[in-house]
Amino acid sequence: MQQKKNETASPNLDLGGFESTIGENLLDDAKISTRGVNVSYDDKQAIFDASLDIGRNQVVALIGPSGCGKSTFLRCLNRMNDTISSCNISGKLELDGEDIYAKKMDPVLLRARVGMVFQKPNPFPKSIYDNVAYGPRIHGLARSNAEVDEIVITSLEKAGLFEEVKDRLNAPGTSLSGGQQQRLCIARTIAVSPEVILMDEPASALDPIATAIIEGLIDELRQNYTIVIVTHSMQQAARVSQRTAYFHMGRIVEVGDTSRIFTNPRHEMTENYITGKFG
Amino acid sequence: MNNTEIVKAGLQKRYAREKRFQFYGKAAVMSGFVFLIFLLFDITTKAIPAFSITEIMLEVPMDRSSLELPTETNAGIDDEALASINYAGLVKKALRSQFPEVTKRKDKKLLYRLMSGSAEYELRRLVIENPGLIGGEPLSIWFKADDDVDTFYKLKRVTSRIKAQQVEFIETLKTESRIRTALNWDFFTNGDSREPEQAGIKGALLGSFWTLLVTLMVSLPVGIAAAIYLEEFAPQNRLTDFIEININNLAAVPSIVFGLLGLAVFINFFGMPRSVPLVGGLVLSLMTLPTIIISSRAAIKSVPPSLREAALGLGASHMQTVFHHVLPQAMPGVLTGAIIGMAQALGETAPLLMIGMVAFIVDVPGGVFDSATVLPVQIYLWSDSPESAFTALTAATILVLLAFLTVMNALAILLRNYFERQR
Repeated sequence: MQQKKNETASPNLDLGGFESTIGENLLDDAKISTRGVNVSYDDKQAIFDASLDIGRNQVVALIGPSGCGKSTFLRCLNRMNDTISSCNISGKLELDGEDIYAKKMDPVLLRARVGMVFQKPNPFPKSIYDNVAYGPRIHGLARSNAEVDEIVITSLEKAGLFEEVKDRLNAPGTSLSGGQQQRLCIARTIAVSPEVILMDEPASALDPIATAIIEGLIDELRQNYTIVIVTHSMQQAARVSQRTAYFHMGRIVEVGDTSRIFTNPRHEMTENYITGKFG
Repeated sequence: MNNTEIVKAGLQKRYAREKRFQFYGKAAVMSGFVFLIFLLFDITTKAIPAFSITEIMLEVPMDRSSLELPTETNAGIDDEALASINYAGLVKKALRSQFPEVTKRKDKKLLYRLMSGSAEYELRRLVIENPGLIGGEPLSIWFKADDDVDTFYKLKRVTSRIKAQQVEFIETLKTESRIRTALNWDFFTNGDSREPEQAGIKGALLGSFWTLLVTLMVSLPVGIAAAIYLEEFAPQNRLTDFIEININNLAAVPSIVFGLLGLAVFINFFGMPRSVPLVGGLVLSLMTLPTIIISSRAAIKSVPPSLREAALGLGASHMQTVFHHVLPQAMPGVLTGAIIGMAQALGETAPLLMIGMVAFIVDVPGGVFDSATVLPVQIYLWSDSPESAFTALTAATILVLLAFLTVMNALAILLRNYFERQR
C-alpha cells in the first residue's frame, strides 16, 4: 500500500537567535509600562525579559500559542499572581508611573483601579443586582441606596445587559446564559470604575453571537477605559485591538499596530503563527 | 477474534460481577435496616408502659371537721392553716371509707401502700389553689397509684412486691371502676425521683439542652474561625503542620480523657462549680472542636478558586473574600460537620460522669449554672435502679434521646438544603 508522504513537517518552534522584541513595544506617556519582567513558577520560568507599554484608551491584544505566557503576563498587571505562592516576579511594572509591586502599593487598591474579566464567567452566587453592587459597596463608592441603584443600572447598560435583565434584577446571577453571565462580569468590573480592564480570553467560552456582542462592547468601552485583552483568536485580535503583541514561549517577539502585524509581520515566528502554521 | 468479539465474550462476566456486587450492597443495607427495625421495636415495646400511669379514684371528704379546721362557717382560713392540713391523713381517710371492712392494722398498711407518695401533695396543691372547696361536697379525685400497683395493673404480672390482699383490693376497685390507666404527662414535666411513678425527664431534658447550648456557642465559632485561619491565613511552616497534626489526633482521643481534662482544668484549677451545664458544655466543646475544624476545612477547601479570583479581581481584601464569598459557599459543609459534632456530643456520657453530672438531681435546671444531669446519664442511672418500673422509663428516655437526635439531624438537613438553594 503506497502511503503518501506527509507533506507538512512539524514546524520548527525555536526562536533561533532571538535577542529582543521587534517593533514598537515602548511608548511615551503609557498607562501601564513594564520593563524586563521575568516570571517563574518555582524553577520553571514562564516569562523572559518582557517589556511592553500599554497606551491610554487603547485596546492591546496579546496573542500567541497555548502556554506562551500571555495569561501569566496579564495577571502580573493586577497582581493576581500574588495568590499563587510558587510564583516569582521580577522587573519593573508601573501604573501611571507608580511601581505596582512596591511595598506601599496596596493590591486591593490596585485591583480597584485595574479590573479583570476571566475566561470562564464567574458571577457570584448572588442576585444580578448584588453582583454588580458588590464592588461599589465594598469600596464605598455610593453613599446611598439610590446611588447604588444608579451605578448598577449604568453599569448594566454599559455592558449591554440591562434591557435583558431589567425586570429580574433579583434573579441569581447564575441563572443567566453564558454570554449574559460574561456581560454581567463585565458590568460588575466597570461598576467599580477602574482605569484599566484586563480581559483573559473573555469570549472563548461563548457562542459566536455572544462573542460578537462582547466584541462590540469592547469597542465602546475603549472610549473610557484602557483595555488589555488576551485572545486565542487572531480574527478577534484583528477586530477589536489597535496594537497587538505576539508572545512565543514566554518572550514578547513582536509588537506593533494591529493592521501592520497582521499584514506585514517582521519576525518569521509571528508570520508562522498568523498564517496558521502552528498554534 | 477481533476486538468486538473479545469485548462481547467478556460482557457476560462483567454484568454477572456487577449484579453480584449490587446484591451484596442491597443485602448489606437490608441487614442494617433489619437490625435497626429490631432495635427500635425492642425499645419501643419496652418503653410503652412508661407513657401510661395507673390512677385510683378516691372520695376525699372536704368538710371542716375532717380537715380538722374550726367548724364556724364564717371563720377565715389563712395560708398557714391551709398548709398545715393533714393531707396524708385525708388520703388515708378516703381509702378507709372506700374499704370499710378493713380493720386489721396489717391490712390497713397494705391498703395505704396502694397510693403513690405523691397523692398527698396532689391533694395539697388542689386545695391551696381552690380554697373555696373547703366545707363543700366530698371530691372525687384520681390519684396516682404506687409503682408496684402500676406494674401489676399494667403488665398483669404478679411480683413479690404485691401481696395477695392488695390484689383483692385492686380487683374490688376494678369492679367499682375506680382504677384506670391514663397518659403519664408527668414523665415530661417532672424531674428525677426515687419513686418511678413520679420520675420524669424534664430535668435531664433541660440539662441536655443547656449543655448543648454551651457546646454550640463555644465550639462553633471557635471551630469555624480556626478552620478559616488554618485554611486561608496560616503560613505554610512547621508550626502550622504541627497544629494540624495535633487537631487530627485529638479527633481520635477517647472522650473520657476530655472528662479528666475538664475535671483537672475547669473544676480543680479554675474552681468552676461541679456538675453544671457550663462545665459540661465546655468539656463537650473541646471534644467536638476537632470534628468541626476538620469538616469546615474540607468545606472551605472545596470552594472553587474561580469564586475567590472573582472577588479578589474586584478589589476585595482577603478578609472580605473569605467572609463575603468563601464562607457562605462553604456553609452547607460546615453545618453538616457542626451537626454531626453536636449529635456526638448529645450522646456522650463518659466525660460528663467525670465532671460530676451524675448525681441524683431532682430540681429542674433553670440555667447553665444550676446543677443538672443529661439524658444519656439519666438513662445510665435509671438502668441501674431496682424497681422494675424503671426499665420502662429507661427505654422511654432512650426513645426521647433518639427523637432529639432525629430532630437535630432533620434541622441540619433543612439548613443545608436552604444554603444550597441560595447558591
